[in-house]
Amino acid sequence: MSAVLKAPLTVEFPFTRSLGPVQSAFLTGLRERVILGVRTGDGRTLVPPVEYDPVTAEEIRDLVEVAPTGTVTTWAWNHAPRRGQPLTTPFAWVLVRLDGADTALLHALDAPGPDAVHTGMRVRVRWAGERTGAITDIACFEPYDAERAEPTGHSGEFVDAVTGIVAPARLDYTYSPGRATTGYLHALAGRRMVGERCPSCRKVYVPPRGACPTCGVATAEQVEVGPGGTVTTFCIVNIKAKNLDIEVPYVYAHIALDGAGLALHGRIAGIPYDQVRMGLRVEPVWTEGGRYPDHYRPTGEPDAAYDTYKELL
Amino acid sequence: MSKEPVAVIGVGQTKHVAARRDVSIAGLVREAARRALDDAELTWADIDAVVIGKAPDFFEGVMMPELYLADALGAVGKPMMRVHTAGSVGGSTALVAASLVAARVHGTVLTLAFEKQSESNAMWGLSLPIPFQQPLLAGAGGFFAPHVRAYMRRSGAPDTVGSLVAYKNRRNALKNPYAHLHEHDITLEKVQASPMLWDPIRYSETCPSSDGACAMVLTDRAGAARAPRPAAWMHGGAMRSEPTLFAGKDCVSPRAGRDCAADVYRQAGIADPRRDIDAVEMYVPFSWYEPMWLENLGFAAEGEGWKLTESGVTELDGDLPVDMSGGVLSTNPIGASGMIRFAEAALQVRGLAGEHQVDGARRVLGHAYGGGSQFFAMWLVGAEPPTS
Ligand SMILES: [Zn+2]
Repeated sequence: MSAVLKAPLTVEFPFTRSLGPVQSAFLTGLRERVILGVRTGDGRTLVPPVEYDPVTAEEIRDLVEVAPTGTVTTWAWNHAPRRGQPLTTPFAWVLVRLDGADTALLHALDAPGPDAVHTGMRVRVRWAGERTGAITDIACFEPYDAERAEPTGHSGEFVDAVTGIVAPARLDYTYSPGRATTGYLHALAGRRMVGERCPSCRKVYVPPRGACPTCGVATAEQVEVGPGGTVTTFCIVNIKAKNLDIEVPYVYAHIALDGAGLALHGRIAGIPYDQVRMGLRVEPVWTEGGRYPDHYRPTGEPDAAYDTYKELL
Repeated sequence: MSKEPVAVIGVGQTKHVAARRDVSIAGLVREAARRALDDAELTWADIDAVVIGKAPDFFEGVMMPELYLADALGAVGKPMMRVHTAGSVGGSTALVAASLVAARVHGTVLTLAFEKQSESNAMWGLSLPIPFQQPLLAGAGGFFAPHVRAYMRRSGAPDTVGSLVAYKNRRNALKNPYAHLHEHDITLEKVQASPMLWDPIRYSETCPSSDGACAMVLTDRAGAARAPRPAAWMHGGAMRSEPTLFAGKDCVSPRAGRDCAADVYRQAGIADPRRDIDAVEMYVPFSWYEPMWLENLGFAAEGEGWKLTESGVTELDGDLPVDMSGGVLSTNPIGASGMIRFAEAALQVRGLAGEHQVDGARRVLGHAYGGGSQFFAMWLVGAEPPTS
C-alpha cells in the first residue's frame, strides 16, 4: 500500500475588529506614544484597559495615563522566535507592570540572553519608528536603570482616533487526508473512481472516508464505480466565486455515479446550462494534470427515471 | 424527582445591522445582555452562570469567546461555558442553559449568542483550501439550492412559493424594530424580479449578513415568581444531529429534524402540531426552507408544506404564523440567529412581541438548524407553566 499523502495547509485571514471606546483610546494612545489604562470601581488601574470591570461587571470608561517605564513581574525566554513575533532574535516574553498601573501587560523584552532577565527588573518601552495605532507600536521593552518616566497627563481624548484594526490570523497545519482518500486519489490519477463498501449496510461511499457514518464501522473493500452517473439535482450558479476560474452561469450538480450509495458534487458542461435536468446521464471529462474530473458531460443515454435516483438527491 | 420548570423572564437583542462599527464584540454582547437583564429587572449579581454561543471560529476569528467576554458578561467568578453547533448554535446554547436550570444546578442563567459578520467572511470560513480536495463549487446558497430543487421536484410546488415567503418575511420585519432589513418599498414583483443567484434561489430569497446579539435570562419557578413581566415557560426542548452527508440522507427533510421535533412534541404533550401550536419562529435562511421545514416539523404532510405558505396560513394574521419577526431572511447574525428564533418565540407567548405579536399566542415553537442540515435545536414555549 502506498504512503498516506500529506501537504501543508495554511489557513489565513485578515479579520477586522471594531475597537469600541476603550480599545480605541488605548491604541490611538500608543500611536501618540501615550499609554492609557482604565480605572476600576475600586480604584485600580488596568493596563491594557478593558471595557468592563472584572470585579463588578460595570462599564468603565475612566482613562488614565501611566508611565512608559515599569517592572517585570514574570518572564519566559523565547529561544526560537517564530514568524510574526515582535523580535527576530531570541527574546524574553515579559509581563510588565507599568509605573502607575496595577496589572501587567504582555510584551517582548529585548535582552542579550536569559541571564540578563529577572523578575523585578526595570524596563521601558521602545517605541516603533512607524506607529499606526496597534500593540506593535510598542516595538518591545528594553532594560532601563534610570528614573521612572512621568506620564504627560494626557486626557485620553484624541483627534483622528483609530476605530478599527486588522487582526490577521494564520494557522499552519500539516494536513493528511488519511488512508481512504489517499487510495481514492491514487485511483483518480489512473482516471478511475473507487469507493469503499460498508461491510454492514453494503452502501458504497464515494469519495470513501474509511468509515461508514451511519453504521460507525471501518470500510476497506474497494469498489470501482461509474464512470457513468446520473444528475440527481443541481443549481445554476450565476455569481462568480472569488477562488474559482469558471465562467458563469454554470451548473453545480449532485451526481450519483453508477454503483455509488450517495451523490458527489461536480460541474456539468458540454450542454447549455438551461438544458441540464434531473435524471440527465453524464460521464466525467478529464483534463491533463487535473486531479479530479474537470467536469461531467452528457453521455447521450436516455434520462434516468426519477424512481432510480430519488434516494440519491 | 421531576425537572425544575424553566422560565424565560428576560429577552434582549441589539438592533441588527450590516455593520456595528461603533462597538467591539464585547460591547455588542453587552448591549443584548444588558437589555435582557433590564427586561427581567435583574443585575449582574443575580446571574448564577453564563452560557454563550457563536458561529464557527473561522467565521469571525474569535477562538475563545468565553475567555474574551467573561467580564463583559459579568461572568467573573461564575461558571461560564460555550456551545458550538454551527448555525443552530443559538438554539443549542439556550437549551444547554435551560438544562442547567431544569437540573437545578443553577437558579438563574444568562444565555447569549452573537455574531459580527462585518468583521469576517463566513464564505471564506466555509471554503478553506483543504489540500487534495476539490474546491467547493458554490457558496452556502449553492450548497442548499440543489436541495430546494429536489424539494420542488418531490412536492410539485409551483416555483413562486419561495417568493411568497420572502415577501411575507420582509413585510413582517417592518413590524420588528430589531430586524436588520427594513425594506419599506418591498413588493412581490420586486422579489420575483430579483436576480437568480443559485437558480432556483433568487437574491431576495436569501438572508442578509448581519451584526447582532441576542440574550435571554432563564430561571426557575422561584425566579419566575419574582419576575416583573410575564414569563415564557419551556414545555419541551431537544437537539438532534446527523452527518453532513451519508448514504440515504434525506437532505430535503432530514431525519434529525423530524426526530428532534417529535421529541419536543412528546415532552410538551403536542398530539397535532398544526392544531396545538399557535406560531413558529423557524430558521429559514433561504425562502424555500419554510415549506420544507413545515413538512419536516410535522405541520404538513410530505409534499404539502407549500400549500400552507401559498394559502396564507403562515402570514402574520394567518392560522399558523411563521417568522413573525421577519426571520433569518431579514436578520442573520449567524451565531445569534438560532437564539433569536427561541427568544422571539418566548416574546410571543409573553405577549411582548409588539407590532408583530400574534394575538392569543399560547404555544410557540422556536427552531434552529445548522451545518449541512445536520444540527437541529428546538424548543416549545408556552404562556402557562408546564403541568407535569
Ligand atoms: Zn454502513
